[in-house]
Amino acid sequence: MKDWQKYLLALAVVVAIFAIPFVVNGSAKFGGADMAGSAAIEQQQPGYQRWVVPLWTPPPETESMLFALQAAIGGSIIGYFVGHERARMEMERKGAKKAE
Amino acid sequence: MHIMEGFLPPFWAAFWYALCIPFWIWGALQVKKIFKEHPEQKLILAVSGAFIFVLSSLKLPSVTGSSSHPTGTGLSAMLFGFSVTAILSTIVLVFQALLLAHGGITTLGADVFSMGIVGPAVGYYTYRVLRGLKVSLPMTAFVVAVLADWATYLVTSLQLALAFPGDNLMHAYMVFAGVFAITQIPIAIGEGILIWMFFDFLLKSRPKLIHQLLGMKTQAGAGQKQAEAGA
Repeated sequence: MKDWQKYLLALAVVVAIFAIPFVVNGSAKFGGADMAGSAAIEQQQPGYQRWVVPLWTPPPETESMLFALQAAIGGSIIGYFVGHERARMEMERKGAKKAE
Repeated sequence: MHIMEGFLPPFWAAFWYALCIPFWIWGALQVKKIFKEHPEQKLILAVSGAFIFVLSSLKLPSVTGSSSHPTGTGLSAMLFGFSVTAILSTIVLVFQALLLAHGGITTLGADVFSMGIVGPAVGYYTYRVLRGLKVSLPMTAFVVAVLADWATYLVTSLQLALAFPGDNLMHAYMVFAGVFAITQIPIAIGEGILIWMFFDFLLKSRPKLIHQLLGMKTQAGAGQKQAEAGA
């Protein structure tokens, strides 16, 4: 199997892992586990009041933008690296051919 | 695994901060050393950090009907160890605490301890064991990433149970682990596959550098010439 076929298959499995929940558990709300954690605190110790609130809470639209920005920053670096490496390998292959 | 701002009582907030301090110091020294002595590793360090950035920003659905995010720390843990990973995770967690109100400054110590230290440490020692067993490196990267992710959430559960034990610590742990542990399994596996793919690519593009990072001698044979030319 070629590398790209292997990677494509792996990606398909990843997509399936995150798509299956909607099939088997379609009616669920898919709320954040972090929030559920805070709710469990209430269950363990009813009436617990947080003693500090966040300095700043972004409005929902800004929050999704910032999450996307975080992913974009990381994704850009990974994309840059993969492109850089592929070009380097390509050039080396060409260089090696010339040397022959 | 983010414990929300103000949700850990002051004692526990301070406790987890205190445990992080030695790792922050050691990690900062390690990062400084990489920049000074091994500039060729900088790009790999940046990519390892980038994985933490991307993966920890994705809130993924799980079969349990709730969403949670991967940690992305496995790659860095395997290549650079857990102190360096603590630094990279701290950068991400500060970004999320200040800009996204996700996690918090009072809970930063606890969040760094679970995601940046214990998870990656479990990953790192898993790597050592699997290397001893001669498991292939990409497969090792998969297992490391899965366990680093999962362990992080088990630690978060423990941190919450210790702070809110109720009548029975074990019961409290079960309550919090009930929120995180099962939800996290498919997410950790998905993350593991992505890191497996990337590690497979990395081994082809930079075999020599990866073996240098892992403290292994490059095996003679196919690919080595290319690696030397590239490094």
